[in-house]
Amino acid sequence: MMNDIIMATIGGAMIGLAASMLLLFHGRVAGISGIVGGLLQRPGADTHWQAIFVAGLLAGGAILVLAWPASIVAPATRSLGAVGLAGLLVGFGVRMGRGCTSGHGVCGLSRLSKRSLVATLSFMATGFATATLIQLFFGGTV
Amino acid sequence: MRNLGLFAAGLLFALGLGVSGMTDANKVIGFLNIAATWDPSLAFVMVGAIGVHLVSHRLILKRPSPVFSDLFLLPTIAAITPRLVGGAALFGVGWGLGGFCPGPGVVSSVGIGSAALVFTSAMLGGMFLFHTVDPARRTKAS
Repeated sequence: MMNDIIMATIGGAMIGLAASMLLLFHGRVAGISGIVGGLLQRPGADTHWQAIFVAGLLAGGAILVLAWPASIVAPATRSLGAVGLAGLLVGFGVRMGRGCTSGHGVCGLSRLSKRSLVATLSFMATGFATATLIQLFFGGTV
Repeated sequence: MRNLGLFAAGLLFALGLGVSGMTDANKVIGFLNIAATWDPSLAFVMVGAIGVHLVSHRLILKRPSPVFSDLFLLPTIAAITPRLVGGAALFGVGWGLGGFCPGPGVVSSVGIGSAALVFTSAMLGGMFLFHTVDPARRTKAS
């Protein structure tokens, strides 16, 4: 457990540093949902930097897969149907609420944005409620 | 240089997600599900990320402009709306249901595991769906 806490803190610091790099180099907030969602819209002034940032994300994923495959783990207690429905809800919800764990959670809270605090409390509350209710009503597997 | 910086930011972000445990969907579910053996370690991802970004973003914003672009473009909306709270709530339900938020979904999809691919494809579908029904965009288009 102690080891997990140290890894979570170091990984978190890397995420905070990456968000700082994007702000320093390009003056933008590192919100993954806004960046990925932006690429689905008509190409514009933001397309170029968003595409390069996402290319970096994918390259990081490739490094993890090759150098540390144990770091990427699929959910053992979720069917593909549940994961598909989850993806739809996440995609729709993050665009509607204009942000996710990174944009509202990391960057928004760091900027002491009240709006991001409200959003973070909202998705944390329903995230905890959903996973916990799945445990209580379906024995943890859906 | 500009492209390299953006790419490096994305890469570091992905590696941070991997190191922190956020790309392990079972760990995410174990964090959100408090009715089983609760694993609170992922809370420290936020501690690490905000710990760094809270300080660094203030230092960076003392600059007149970002290194490779003309100005800092940060979110200016402050309104707390039903759309914000509802969108974040939907996102949270999907997060607890699938064990992925957008960043880890995209990064994990490189591993071509079926769950991450299904999640990320569905997430892109959900984003696209919101773009087509977004009342703000419709007003703008008309």
